[in-house]
Amino acid sequence: MILDVQGNPAYCYTGGKAFDAALPTVVFVHGAQHDHSVWILQTRYFAHHGFAVLAVDLPGHARSGGTALGTVETMADWLLALLAAAGAAPGALVIGHSMGSLVGLEAAARAPQQIGALAMVGTAYPMRVSDVLLDAARDAEQVAIDMVNIWSHSMLAHKPSCPGPGFSVVDGNRRLMQKIARQARKPGVSGVFLTDFLACNAYANGEAAARALACPTLLLLGADDQMTPPKATALLRGAIAHHQLKQIPDCGHALMAEQPDAVLEALFAFACSPDASGAPA
Amino acid sequence: MSAPHYPGFDTLSVHAGAVPDPATGARATPIYFTSSFAFRDSDHAASLFNMERAGHVYSRISNPTNAVLEERIAALEGGVAGIATASGQAAMHLGLATIAGAGSHVVASRALYGGSHNLLAYTLRRFGIETTFVDPRDIDAWRAAIRPNTKVLFAETLGNPGLDVLDVPLVAELAHAQYLPLMVDATFTTPYLLKPFEHGADLIFHSATKFLCGHGTAIGGLLVDGGTFDWQLAYERSGRFAELCEPYEGFHDMVFAEESSVAPFALRARREGLRDFGAVMSPHNAFAILQGIETLGLRMDRHVANTRRIVDFLVAHPAVASVSYPELPEHPDHALAKRLLPKGCGAVFTFTLKGDRAAGMRFVDALRIFSHLANVGDARSLVIHPASTTHFRVPPAQLAAAGIGEGTMRLSIGLEDADDLIEDLGRGLKASQRVPKGA
Repeated sequence: MILDVQGNPAYCYTGGKAFDAALPTVVFVHGAQHDHSVWILQTRYFAHHGFAVLAVDLPGHARSGGTALGTVETMADWLLALLAAAGAAPGALVIGHSMGSLVGLEAAARAPQQIGALAMVGTAYPMRVSDVLLDAARDAEQVAIDMVNIWSHSMLAHKPSCPGPGFSVVDGNRRLMQKIARQARKPGVSGVFLTDFLACNAYANGEAAARALACPTLLLLGADDQMTPPKATALLRGAIAHHQLKQIPDCGHALMAEQPDAVLEALFAFACSPDASGAPA
Repeated sequence: MSAPHYPGFDTLSVHAGAVPDPATGARATPIYFTSSFAFRDSDHAASLFNMERAGHVYSRISNPTNAVLEERIAALEGGVAGIATASGQAAMHLGLATIAGAGSHVVASRALYGGSHNLLAYTLRRFGIETTFVDPRDIDAWRAAIRPNTKVLFAETLGNPGLDVLDVPLVAELAHAQYLPLMVDATFTTPYLLKPFEHGADLIFHSATKFLCGHGTAIGGLLVDGGTFDWQLAYERSGRFAELCEPYEGFHDMVFAEESSVAPFALRARREGLRDFGAVMSPHNAFAILQGIETLGLRMDRHVANTRRIVDFLVAHPAVASVSYPELPEHPDHALAKRLLPKGCGAVFTFTLKGDRAAGMRFVDALRIFSHLANVGDARSLVIHPASTTHFRVPPAQLAAAGIGEGTMRLSIGLEDADDLIEDLGRGLKASQRVPKGA
C-alpha cells in the first residue's frame, strides 16, 4: 500500500491482506539499512489474526520515496503522519526493531493518543554507534554492511530458517542491506547507513521519552545480541514505568530472522494482552 | 573492536545450514525420511500453509535434511536461498519455469551439456518457450539475440565438454543493461573454483550429482538465488517478471517481490515450482551430497592437481592430436581462465586422438582404471566419447561449433594416484594406435 506522507510516497506492506482501519492497528518499523521485509513472517501472522498491519519502509528506504531522515525525532513525526494518513484508529501498537524501536519510543511519547502500546525489539538506549562503524559507513559501506551483518547473527544457522527452509539468513540480510545501499545511492547525499547510524547516535531524548511513556511497553531482546546487548537496556528498564522484559535465548540482533517463532509468540501475546488493549477482532 | 569476518569456505562446507539435531543432539545431519510433519495445532497448521511461520509441512515442499543442503549451497555461493531438486535437469527447469512461460524467450550459449540443449531446443519449445543459441564468446551475438520477450541469459561457466570459459562479468553486464538476469550452470566449477555471484551472475544451478556429491552415488540438483537481481526494477523498466511482481493467483494473490525484497525468485520457485512440478530431491540423496560437500575443497584441489599432471602427459604424447584445457596457452579462453579461475579449470576436459573412431574404441576398451560411463565429477576417473553418447542428439554442425569431433574423448579426472592414471591412459593410447589385424 502506498500512502502520501509529508509529500512523498510511503510504502507499507500490509501482511498479505488489505489494510482495514477498523481493526486494531499494528505498525512495524524496521531498523537501519533495512525495510519492511525483515518482518515477513510476523506481519503475515498478525494480518491473518485480526490485526490491521502497516509494515513501513522508512523514507529513503526501499519502496518509500524521499531521502532518509536524519533524526529519530523526524522519523517519529513521519510515523505519526503515516498513521494519520492511513486512518489508523487511536491506540495503535508500534513494534520497532533497533533504530525503529527508538522511532517507536519517540512517537509513543509524543502522541499517547495515537499509540497505545510499544514493543521495542533488539533495542538499547543510548544507541551509540562506534566510530569504527561510523567511519566504515561513511567511507566503505560494504565494510559496514559486513560488520553489522556478522555482529547481528549469533549462529551460522537457525532452524527452520527464515523466511523458510532453504533460505540463508546471514546472506539474505547481507543482500538486503546491499540493496538498500544501491537503491538509495544519490550524488551529494549521505548513504542511508550513515544517515541511520548518525540518527541513532545523536538521539538524546530517549530517557525523557521513556519516562513520559504511559503505554505498556515490551522490551524484546536477543540474549546473545552483540549490537544492542541486553545490558544496554538498563536505562530504559529504569525509566519505562509499564514495561515487560523478555529475552530470547540463542538469538542475536537479527531476532525476527534468527528466532521468528519466539519473536512472533512474544509479540502476539503482548498485542493480545489486556494491557496492550489490542485484542484482535 | 576487531574487524569481523565471515567463516571461510571449508568451514561453511562443513557447518553452513546445520545445527546439532534439536530432537536427539545428533551432530551429523540426520536423514529425515518422512513424507510429512505433524502440526502442533490447527493454528500452527494454517500459519505454516500461509507463510506466517517457517517450518516443514510435506517433503515435496521442504525437508529438514534437504534444507541443510540448500542453506549450505546458498552460503557457499553467497546466495540468499538454495532449492534441492531431483536432478540438475530439474534444477535448470525449475529455474527457467519460475520466470518463463509460453511466449517467453531464452538466449543460451551453444556450448552446453547435451541434456540442457535438448531441454531448451526441443522440450521447452513444445511448451512455448523459444531459445536462441549463441557463441558464448561473441558478446555481440548475445546482444543481438535479446528480444522484448527474453527472460534470461543462460550459459555454463565451463562449457561441456569443450571448456569454453564464460566471461561472466561481460555477459552479466549486458544482461543487466537489458534488465535481464544471467543464469549459469556452475556444475564444472563448483563454488570452490568460481563464485559466479561475485562476478555478476544472478541465478546458479548445479548438477549436484557431480563434484558436489563427488562419489558418483546420488542424483540431485541445486538451484541458488543470488538475491542480486532487482526484479521489481526490471518489471518497472521492461514489463518483464510479472510472475514475481504482480499478484499470484496460485497463492492468494501474493506478490513475491513485496514479501521478500531480495528473494522473490526463490520464494516463487519453492511455492510454485516445487509444489506443482514436484521434482524434489530425496532426503537420502541430500545426505549423500552433504557428505560430499564437507570435503569439496580438499577434493577439488586433488582433482585439479591430477588433471594438470594428466594434461601435461597428453599434450606430450604422440598419439594425441590436441588437448582442450583452458590452462593451456593455446586455449582460446586462456587469459579469461587465468582471471576467473585462478584455482584451476576443473577436472573435466577433452582431447582428440589421432586416428579414426575405431581408434577411440580401442583406447576406451584398453583402459583399466578409467570407467567408461556417462558421468563426470566422480572420485573415480571416467571416460566417454561425447559424439556418440552425451551429445549424440546434437546436430553435427552444432557439434563442430562446440568443438566436438569424432575423435574427441572426454575425461573426468578422479582422485586416484596420478601416476596410476597416467599409466592407464598410456595403455589406452598405445592400444589406440595399434593397427588391427587384417587392416
